[in-house]
Amino acid sequence: MLGDRDILIDRYKQFLTAYLSGRTEQALYRAQQFSRKMLEQNISPEEVINMHSTVLQTINGGIPEEIRDSFDFLIEVMMGYGMAYREHQILRDKQKALESEIEVAASMQQTLLQGDIPVTDKLDIGVISKAAKQMSGDYFHFVQNRPESINVAVADIIGKGVPAALCMSMIKYAMDSLPEQENHPSMVLENLNRVVEQNVDPAMFITMFYGNYNTDIHRFHYAGAGHEPGFYYDAKNDNFEEFMAKGLVLGVSKTTQYQAFDKDIEEGDMILLLSDGVTECRTSKGFISREEIVTLIRSYMHLNAQEIVENVYSDLEQLQDFELRDDFTLIILRRSV
Amino acid sequence: MNLQIQKETEGNTDKLLINGEVDAYTAPKLKDTLISLTEQKGREVVVDLSGVQYMDSTGLGVFVGALKSSQQHGSSLKLTGMTERVHRLFDITGLTDVMNIEAHTKGEVR
Repeated sequence: MLGDRDILIDRYKQFLTAYLSGRTEQALYRAQQFSRKMLEQNISPEEVINMHSTVLQTINGGIPEEIRDSFDFLIEVMMGYGMAYREHQILRDKQKALESEIEVAASMQQTLLQGDIPVTDKLDIGVISKAAKQMSGDYFHFVQNRPESINVAVADIIGKGVPAALCMSMIKYAMDSLPEQENHPSMVLENLNRVVEQNVDPAMFITMFYGNYNTDIHRFHYAGAGHEPGFYYDAKNDNFEEFMAKGLVLGVSKTTQYQAFDKDIEEGDMILLLSDGVTECRTSKGFISREEIVTLIRSYMHLNAQEIVENVYSDLEQLQDFELRDDFTLIILRRSV
Repeated sequence: MNLQIQKETEGNTDKLLINGEVDAYTAPKLKDTLISLTEQKGREVVVDLSGVQYMDSTGLGVFVGALKSSQQHGSSLKLTGMTERVHRLFDITGLTDVMNIEAHTKGEVR
């Protein structure tokens, strides 16, 4: 019985003699197919040359000694290529394994992040959050601990990808383990700051905005830890202004205190919270200015909050040629009645 | 995108002149240079940022790390010459209140 190698050599001989007798395109095409088959079977370049030399010695009365020896020389030369090829194969397998691990982690992160967006007839809420890579370093969270009390958190972890995502999981658990009565914005930030300061790399930090909306009296109580300023839309004067709460980023100093602010929200007013992925949008013409973002929001203001955030995102995505450079989060709270 | 770092040493003071963009790609290079200086007790490290047009949050993280390192090792860290764009980042993140940042090149009052 013929071994695999003998079968291959036999085939190679058929194809080669066919080519040498007619020099046809069809014979060349067979060579291409054969090459694919050899790749599948992990046959190295030097083995192919060896096969060529073996076959040449059996047809048309063999080849001169000099040429035969020159093939041995060529085999030596090709060994390096063969090794590089095998290494490449191993790396490709490893990469596939890593990719599938990251996919699992990303879907775990999605599950972790899933949370209900509160539904109330007093507040129209829109949320969009997209990762630049598979995993996101942006975090947002809504908690409705009493019917009239809606808490919202937005955080941006420095960097992107897996390290940022790991850090984000930590924030999520720290937030979940805060006692319910302690959702006062300053206290939340001070608690988280201690957790972050103790647990992350010195060059890592997190920015966060935390607010509590009381739908009975329409007052927004909020505090910030170095988070990218959002916007406030004043419906009565049809005016957008910067909305921010000053404070040091989380993770720099253990003893940082955070000041909380109050704002009374009028009918039709909007609070817009975002991550710096929104303002750091880079296009071929440079950065998108905050004014341009306001113009975008304005053009969709007649829609509901969810439609606004989705439209703004898709426009900004288009401006960046559909390639997000940073994680992107945009949240709108609009007082309905 | 490139980052050039030039060092001038005078007595106890090291002055770093930085040119280019400080982002996720260039931050490791800056971090290595900066941390090796702030780890030396009593060293005065001055970073001139007037040649930096763009910095992202990873870049900012390098300075947060350097600040902590200088507090831990008893060295000092001062940042000078920030452009408006870069200054805004330090301002928003509250770092202007905890870091030694010399007044703006353009004389902007914040």
